[in-house]
Amino acid sequence: MERQAAYLRNALFDQGYLDEQFLQLEDLQDQANPHFVEEVVKLFYTDSVRLIQSIELTLKNTPRDFEKLDKIMHQFKGSTTSIGAKKVKKECTQFQEYCNVGNVEGCIREFQEVKQEHAALKRKLENYFQLAREAR
Amino acid sequence: MGMAATDDQFHVLAVDDSVIDRKLIERLLKTSSFQVTTVDSGSKALEFLGWHGNEINMFSEASISPNNHQEVEVNLVITDYCMPGMTGYDLLRKIKESALLRDIPVVIMSSENVPSRITRCLEEGAEEFFLKPMKLSDVNKLRPHMMRTKLKNDIIENGKPENEEKQENGEEKQENGEIITTGEADSEMQQFQTAQSLQQQTSQNNNNNNDNNKRKSMEEGLSPDRTRPRYSDLTVMSN
Repeated sequence: MERQAAYLRNALFDQGYLDEQFLQLEDLQDQANPHFVEEVVKLFYTDSVRLIQSIELTLKNTPRDFEKLDKIMHQFKGSTTSIGAKKVKKECTQFQEYCNVGNVEGCIREFQEVKQEHAALKRKLENYFQLAREAR
Repeated sequence: MGMAATDDQFHVLAVDDSVIDRKLIERLLKTSSFQVTTVDSGSKALEFLGWHGNEINMFSEASISPNNHQEVEVNLVITDYCMPGMTGYDLLRKIKESALLRDIPVVIMSSENVPSRITRCLEEGAEEFFLKPMKLSDVNKLRPHMMRTKLKNDIIENGKPENEEKQENGEEKQENGEIITTGEADSEMQQFQTAQSLQQQTSQNNNNNNDNNKRKSMEEGLSPDRTRPRYSDLTVMSN
């Protein structure tokens, strides 16, 4: 079990889903705060729902408010940075670039990528936490 | 969870509109043995600091014993730069413009590396500027700023006038002359050692101020309010 958890964890780093910031989170986890990483990740996913919904709505309104989109994405990207969600962050940056040049199609397409990566990471992390818990 | 602080612990007020970043900074600070209060806006930070007077407000992030209407002692404010409404910079300015609050060291965090922004904040009196996300190594840089201010306050509270000491300082100036407080890491050790020796000698040395032209003149701004009640008088809850 423990080996599976470790394997999954390493894969997440190797495949670029997570970066060094995730290690920082792990460093903050200790006996007094044994579930810190999982708590932060849970908080991220709970909090990002409203941001994603906000972007969805703003993308639907015409004419597109790129400034607003960029602002919301800035917040969302900040959170992805804080948990070390490397791939999600990359898609966020791409989205912002489309915002900056006012590319509607690009924004819409890229937002799908953001959501996909966001969901994919969630599944992987949930698996990992599950295994890690069972391993204890 | 209620916590009673001891006199040894510094109290940090962390300001960030992101719930995730608040959780992170709180953990970082607690891991470094600081007492922490987190708030989600600059205006709440000012209220917590007692900027609007004696009234204590109940926040979502912190609840304070309703029986105590005294101000809380805060040893450092760490704030995000980008926040809706009052930015971290606005908050910094308000703190530095306030006779009551200006002694409190302020540190800024930002997810963006904008040199002009950094300069502006430092010029306005921020001790340091950190790029997010913060690391433990960044948090380790906070303590000297808090110690320096605490030491100053302790000296002032002891009631020794500065004039008397100035003559005596002639000799001491040499060994203490290195107290340049610009927040640079390499002077931390010197500051700490000097702080220790100062406490032992119970002599005053306000030299640590004179060389710092970023800091407003302390001597003018003294007020009885400085002797705020210690944090141990209050029970503050933080998530």
